[in-house]
Amino acid sequence: MKARVHVTLKPGVLDPQGAAIGQALSASGHDGVKSVRQGKVFEIELEDGDRAAAEAKIDDMCRKLLANTVIENYAIEVI
Amino acid sequence: MKTAVIVFPGSNCDRDMQVALRRASGIEPVMLWHKDTAVPAGIDLIALPGGFSFGDYLRCGAIASRSPIMRAVADFAGKGGFVLGVCNGFQVLLETGLLPGVLMRNATLKFHCRTVPLTVEETQSGYTHGYDKGERIALPVAHHDGCYIAEDDVLDRLEGENRVAFRYAEALNGSQRDIAGILSGNRRVLGMMPHPERAEDPALGNTDGARLFSGLVAQAVSA
Repeated sequence: MKARVHVTLKPGVLDPQGAAIGQALSASGHDGVKSVRQGKVFEIELEDGDRAAAEAKIDDMCRKLLANTVIENYAIEVI
Repeated sequence: MKTAVIVFPGSNCDRDMQVALRRASGIEPVMLWHKDTAVPAGIDLIALPGGFSFGDYLRCGAIASRSPIMRAVADFAGKGGFVLGVCNGFQVLLETGLLPGVLMRNATLKFHCRTVPLTVEETQSGYTHGYDKGERIALPVAHHDGCYIAEDDVLDRLEGENRVAFRYAEALNGSQRDIAGILSGNRRVLGMMPHPERAEDPALGNTDGARLFSGLVAQAVSA
């Protein structure tokens, strides 16, 4: 079983890296970029088992390590 | 005053901290490895040094904060022990939850490595009682991720409880309210981005950090 976790900055949290990436896109000729927010993706392979239990386990991983919930949101996708 | 310095893979200011604590206290600090699980009896202060623990993987300080020794450090802090985190050590304290907020990439996106002016905001702590309130000092900084961010109510609480120990006297890295160092509620845990241990030896041309260490020793003797 595989899961994908997306960790993104909460709305309103300053993202200077995303802003710099946006500027670089514009500078390299990509028109129409209004803004860029950058984040992280984790692909996690789990031993096969109950899907709901896997989601609960990954949610725990997100809260305890993968995301800093002061500034970051996370989304879990079991695939 | 008996002290310990935690060493993580990637720490690079652990020896500087060791020298500063040895000079101030006259007692050889105990060096603890991240895989150690206990703090020796009789330790008064634990220092978390600067560096790039675990290569700054995931988030600065995130992996280090989950290492075995940090459970012992959290217990030590919970019992009222003194814990000083400098630079990466400050990042580890925030990831451990011993202090509130986060340190993000500098808003300038630059690695700042220079001596900066600071204001001592609070002198009611074992760390800062050797300074005058409002005193202007200068300490080196060397970081890429020192932009202090917290919710407004957290910032208001820190200010209301006089827990902002140091502030940048000039805007540096985008930190909210120019915060450079904060204290815990019991004033025993201090996290700061500037490096006092790099400014305590007269041979290095700046001793503005020395009073932090001598102040700690003085309060440990009087306690």
